[in-house]
Amino acid sequence: MATSIELRQIHKAYGDVPVIHGVDLSIEPGDFTVFVGPSGCGKSTLLRMIAGLEPITGGDLLIDGQRMNDVPAAGRGIAMVFQSYALYPHMSVYKNLAFGLETARMPKAEIAERVQKAAEILKIEPLLQRKPKQLSGGQRQRVAIGRAIVREPKIFLFDEPLSNLDAELRVAMRVEIAKLHNDLGNTMIYVTHDQVEAMTMADKIVVLRAGVIEQAGAPLELYNNPRNLFVAGFIGSPKMNFMTTSVEGGTLKTGGLNLDLGRNVTGATTLGIRPEHITITEGSGIKFAEVKVDLVENLGGQTVVYASTADGQTLNIVLEGQRIVDIGSMVSAYADPAKAHVFDAQGNAIR
Amino acid sequence: MAVNAADAAVHTAASGTTKWSRAWQSHAPGYLFLLPWFIGFFGLTIGPIISSFYLSFTDFDLLTSPEWVGTANYVRMFTADRAFAQSMQVTFTFVLFSVPLKLAFALAIAILLNRGMKGLPLYRAVFYLPSLLGASVAIAILWRQIFAGDGLVNQFLANFGIDGPSWISNPRYSLWTLIILSVWQFGSPMIIFLAGLRQIPQDMYEAASLDGASKWRQFWKITLPLLTPVVFFNAIIQTIEAFKSFTPAFIISNGTGSPINSTLFYTLYLYNEAFSYFRMGYASALAWFLLLLIGCFTAFSFLTSKYWVHYDD
Repeated sequence: MATSIELRQIHKAYGDVPVIHGVDLSIEPGDFTVFVGPSGCGKSTLLRMIAGLEPITGGDLLIDGQRMNDVPAAGRGIAMVFQSYALYPHMSVYKNLAFGLETARMPKAEIAERVQKAAEILKIEPLLQRKPKQLSGGQRQRVAIGRAIVREPKIFLFDEPLSNLDAELRVAMRVEIAKLHNDLGNTMIYVTHDQVEAMTMADKIVVLRAGVIEQAGAPLELYNNPRNLFVAGFIGSPKMNFMTTSVEGGTLKTGGLNLDLGRNVTGATTLGIRPEHITITEGSGIKFAEVKVDLVENLGGQTVVYASTADGQTLNIVLEGQRIVDIGSMVSAYADPAKAHVFDAQGNAIR
Repeated sequence: MAVNAADAAVHTAASGTTKWSRAWQSHAPGYLFLLPWFIGFFGLTIGPIISSFYLSFTDFDLLTSPEWVGTANYVRMFTADRAFAQSMQVTFTFVLFSVPLKLAFALAIAILLNRGMKGLPLYRAVFYLPSLLGASVAIAILWRQIFAGDGLVNQFLANFGIDGPSWISNPRYSLWTLIILSVWQFGSPMIIFLAGLRQIPQDMYEAASLDGASKWRQFWKITLPLLTPVVFFNAIIQTIEAFKSFTPAFIISNGTGSPINSTLFYTLYLYNEAFSYFRMGYASALAWFLLLLIGCFTAFSFLTSKYWVHYDD
């Protein structure tokens, strides 16, 4: 039932300016795939090419094995939720949902039935006769999703759909979209610049930078085994700590300390350790830095320590529970060697 | 004298009296600068408007003093003046055809220009040019040449073996040459339509195309409804302009409304009553009736607008 999508060497250029440089990606039927990356990385362009809103400069787009490059947007079996919602302001919510079905000349009774069903799923039945301007941001978001649902598309595309909502609503809608995916089982692609959204919703995350896929894989795969410095820094919150290192005689040296990671570290120039993998208690992992505490944040469940080394490199540490750490004090940082990442001069991970 | 008044004001303020004199002191220079405009506004605009209202109830030939006749002028319009009826018919025909045609034409060109073509500023200026020249005497004279018996139009038609009539001196076509002249001046509604089209978010069209709507359906279901505030504005402005239209008819018919009154516009008839026959009282009544007519039309438009104009906010 669900639909597969395959991108083969997809290129995009605006005039002479290339923006997507040969993307290969295959999306399994029913997967929830998230495109994530900083602004300007080409994630929205990629989505819009799949939708048929942007012409594809080079390569092939296959939906269920069929080449779709030249099929118009409406013929691809796709529905899209826009960042701006793109609701028709002069139509009631009902008309907004019905527009695509009326365009397809569906019988009135069937339109009413489908709109009703979508309204029930999204709990917007009382709003059907209102105009978009009479709705709150969250309600508009639901209507925009409703407009996608009624058409019963094979594929759902979401272009940063939650970025106009406040933080609380964003979390609530995130859960609802994930639920929707579970209930409907369709293939969905979701674009965001928020790595938390990506981590929590995705079956598969595709990290993009400057029109190139940096890494694609399951969220925890990306978290545990980032392929390079960019992915390591982008996935995970707070950000992974990076420290300059050198290798002498097969051992890693940083800030005057010798680290034995128990594996090959040839060519390593950067050591990466996530804040949540650091402790300041002896006996848990190897000692890799002596740091001075600059600032402490007590969040209740966690304690965040901002610290710096003697040579001025910053280190963020997230400790479980409520801990008393004095500002200005010197502490030793320990980490499990298995959870330390090392990268070479090109930024690629050494494994 | 005005300077004296200001001096006097300064003087009273200096003697430390009321709020008014202090306000006068601080604003006096401003009012002095505005004085030429005030003289024009009261002497040449408001004054004549008020006196014309009085004159519309009189018999006045500019030479002897006005003679009060009550509502006789207004009664005469509707009971004893066939030329008035003719001018009403001509004007309404003109408004009814020229305004929708002009708006449709302006919108069509605006949509064409909105497709992001190269050299847009140039085309915009070129298409706007007729609107700048349109109401001028020169263009009306040019128009007379184009549609005359041996004019450009007939020379063109002669290529196909068609022997065209003299368009402007044939009562069947004369009004139409003026309607075409009016439609040709589509520049200003076009510019406004163009601005309105730019306001419609691109993602509306993207959403509609994903919904499977053809360009044609997008125009009727998205573009036109979202453009209704602009259509409404243009319709009102252009209708008022059309009711007031004078110069082209005056020039093309040599001020007579000929042939056989087929281009006797309301304003032309009014002008002739006033300045050819010196019936100032009657002409004033005609002017006030035109104002009432335009006022009623505008009010009606606003009343119906809530059923067809979609305001976003």
